[in-house]
Amino acid sequence: MSTQQQQKTEPAITPEIVAEHGLTPDEYQRVLDILGRTPNLTELGIFSVMWSEHCSYKSSKKWLKTLPTTAPWVIQGPGENAGVVDIGDGLAAVFKMESHNHPSFIEPYQGAATGVGGILRDVFTMGARPVANLNALRFGAPDHPKTRHLVSGVVAGIGGYGNCVGVPTVGGEVDFHPDYNGNILVNAMTVGVAPADRIFYSKASGVGNPVVYVGSRTGRDGIHGATMASAEFSADSEEKRPTVQVGDPFTEKLLIEACLELMATDAIVAIQDMGAAGLTSSSFEMASKGGLGVELTLDRVPMREDGMTPYELMLSESQERMLMVLQPGKEAMAEAVFRKWDLDFAIIGRLTDTGRMVLTWHGETVADLPIDPLAEAAPEYDRPWAPTPHQPVVIADDVPVLPWTEALVALMGGPDLSSRRWIWEQYDHMVMGDTVQRPGGDAAVVRLHGTDRGLAMTTDCTPRYVRADPVTGGRQAVAEAYRNLTAVGARPLAVTDNMNFGNPEKPVIMGQFVGACRGLGEACAALDMPVVSGNVSLYNETEGRAIPSTPTIGAIGILDDLDRMATVGFKAAGEAVIVIGETAAMRAGGGWVGQSLYLRDLCGREEGAPPPVDLEHERRVGETVRGLIQAGRVSACHDVSDGGLLVAVAEMALAGGLGVTLDLAPATAALFGEDQGRYVVTVPAEAADAVLSDLGDLARRIGTTGGEAVAIGGEAVPLADLRAAHEGFFPALMGDEIVAS
Amino acid sequence: MNSAVIVFPGSNCDRDVAVTLADVTGRAPVMHWHGDPDLPDDLDLIVIPGGFSHGDYLRCGAMAAHAAAMAGVRRAADRGVAILGICNGFQVLCESHLLPGALMRNRDLRFICRDVHLRVETTDTMFTAGYAPAQVIRLPIAHHDGNYVADLPTQCALEDEDRIVFRYCDAGGKVTETANPNGSLDNIAGILSESRTVLGLMPHPERLADPRLGGTDGRALFVSVMEALS
Repeated sequence: MSTQQQQKTEPAITPEIVAEHGLTPDEYQRVLDILGRTPNLTELGIFSVMWSEHCSYKSSKKWLKTLPTTAPWVIQGPGENAGVVDIGDGLAAVFKMESHNHPSFIEPYQGAATGVGGILRDVFTMGARPVANLNALRFGAPDHPKTRHLVSGVVAGIGGYGNCVGVPTVGGEVDFHPDYNGNILVNAMTVGVAPADRIFYSKASGVGNPVVYVGSRTGRDGIHGATMASAEFSADSEEKRPTVQVGDPFTEKLLIEACLELMATDAIVAIQDMGAAGLTSSSFEMASKGGLGVELTLDRVPMREDGMTPYELMLSESQERMLMVLQPGKEAMAEAVFRKWDLDFAIIGRLTDTGRMVLTWHGETVADLPIDPLAEAAPEYDRPWAPTPHQPVVIADDVPVLPWTEALVALMGGPDLSSRRWIWEQYDHMVMGDTVQRPGGDAAVVRLHGTDRGLAMTTDCTPRYVRADPVTGGRQAVAEAYRNLTAVGARPLAVTDNMNFGNPEKPVIMGQFVGACRGLGEACAALDMPVVSGNVSLYNETEGRAIPSTPTIGAIGILDDLDRMATVGFKAAGEAVIVIGETAAMRAGGGWVGQSLYLRDLCGREEGAPPPVDLEHERRVGETVRGLIQAGRVSACHDVSDGGLLVAVAEMALAGGLGVTLDLAPATAALFGEDQGRYVVTVPAEAADAVLSDLGDLARRIGTTGGEAVAIGGEAVPLADLRAAHEGFFPALMGDEIVAS
Repeated sequence: MNSAVIVFPGSNCDRDVAVTLADVTGRAPVMHWHGDPDLPDDLDLIVIPGGFSHGDYLRCGAMAAHAAAMAGVRRAADRGVAILGICNGFQVLCESHLLPGALMRNRDLRFICRDVHLRVETTDTMFTAGYAPAQVIRLPIAHHDGNYVADLPTQCALEDEDRIVFRYCDAGGKVTETANPNGSLDNIAGILSESRTVLGLMPHPERLADPRLGGTDGRALFVSVMEALS
């Protein structure tokens, strides 16, 4: 087909075509105002993706701006491909979390796989070698007909990609809730390490500098993925399967090695991966940040198939591609590096001083757009929001009392607390030879290669708390991440936030978003963990029903001495078991049962206000516990979270293969209440008194390790029974599921 | 001891084994690019590392077996240079016919990453001389295609010639079906060539060769080779 014919066959821009591109009539009027004419289809497509919720953050920007993003150790906050934090000794940690929810529901293997690929690229684009992956997954009810298929496909997809690329998948979290039945969440996080003085950015500079395309060829996959990610689901969503991209982890591995090899030279001026909205957003953002223009000759773009149009080239979301601006004269050297790794390399354009994006196709101009006005005029909404009504506090005496032995086994073998071994054994969590703390603990720990220091990392959120009270839930997500890092002995540094919510055009949902931002912001400020990167995923609704609001927090911390690292498991018999961080009410045997797993899973009541989070208390307790670990005074440490105190102790027993006798009254609220700000530690018997006297009211001895059961008074649950329940859930659920690939 | 690690596009345990070799032998290995048929002449040991050579979208190791460097590896093997294939390296050696048999998809069709117990079935090799006979060791596996198969004559030859080096077993050293993670024939985890100079195994000895990583049972393999060859 000749260019002329193509131009002629382009449809006229009708209100229907505008609507199909997800632009409102108001937004389209802005397009007309900026251009002073009707856009052609390619131009309309570019506006559509650049102004999509996914790329423009138009509903969320106002509230994201309120989050704390700075600290002396923050090198780069939000706004780049990933956040960058100084971790000492000339090194920086580069990290971010991103969602791939909609694609993973439609096509779980490829959706999850390309989610991993995308977040890896965000990190190595900045000059960092990826050293670890994590993922936070939320599925529907275990007995929903789709759940097993989705779990199987998502886990295989994450493993298939990460294992092949050779980056260990070291941690994460998995929850089930019926309100994710029609809209699962797949949040993937990558952590990388780079020399602190060799970070690469996306800001283009140097008029005339060549714009270079590297990586895979462009195909027709994923066209309009960003637009799909900005709309609600409906019954026909599976027809959108063609908008899900296909991942090629082998090419990604080559791309990592080739980019890092070139980054060791001085050839690269700017670099940006082609993620959502592909060539459009990468070229646009680079030029926009540099205040420059860009000319692209689209017929030079390496293509996977014949007959592609400029529209398709600009909107394709084919994976494993990067755009770079090179220093003039370095083209041949750069090309040699990419050819060595069998990757495509093409000079497709140059930077200009016109402030415009000009696209040509076989000598003809097919798009000519002003960059700054398009970026500046991107819609930003102050959407109406309604505060979430306060839930009543559930009175402990109103909660049915089950025998603690039965309750413990049921919770430890239930969907939310059972062992995730079935999942993480499908992930290579040891490749790269630096995984010091494997999955299953409070935080994963990855050694900084060639040193005795380590990075601790975790992902956390308790969606049922957020839904009941978004401010408290937002605080709790950050506080739990802080506790998980603290519990291995790490100093928390910073967080990435992955905000998964329903339709922001509904005031109730927007109110949840606003509340969660407030809670996150307060906790990040109080705990000195600024937000350095993040991602927003809205419209997570199916047939009008929203997911539980899920602001997932990914957090990292630093361990300056791996000899002073704590793990969860009991180490020896006869050691004192001490709980740290109780309030006076808890010491008196009280406990917060509202929104607890006990209430939800064993009593069928998902209700009440969630446990309050006292940030000053969190910080004081956290610093105390970290001090004990760093002084080598505790032999094991675990934070208290879902399931409460008894579950935390039982998890320590299982991890260590050693029982415990607790000196506690078997009151339901005390054993299973989910009061925040607590840790359980073990201390050798002879050192226990000193620790208790140093900590005063903050600590209480609750038992002694030993035996082969968890015992309270005359009753006991054998560890073997507990283990069978704990390890049995996933294999029983997934046993005969055919593996997706 | 002079060693080399062959680097294929998609190798991802090349650095891991290089770290172990440098640590044990005191000398960093040569990282040898797959496209180069000419290996250094003075090598004592060649390692084919783990990973996904060429993506392994075909049969694992099938494309790597035809790499230019493998011609050099074959010549070196003919001269008696020690060759160690770990995980994907084992698959490449089978596809290159430097070792008999093949590695199929795991019995449960899933990727498996976990520590397993292995019984040292022979210490009459330069790779395992440092272990005790029938010693039970713990090493990680991380593979999707580790299910070893061979025809009956091959199986008999391996058995009769004492060429089965490791078998999957339980913590007490019993070779049982439940201790077999991937369905391998006769619980076989690693085998030798007829010359006893080529070893292929699915477990990763380089992943437990540093106390910081939770164990050192893999280290003795590298120490054994070094002591035999220095």
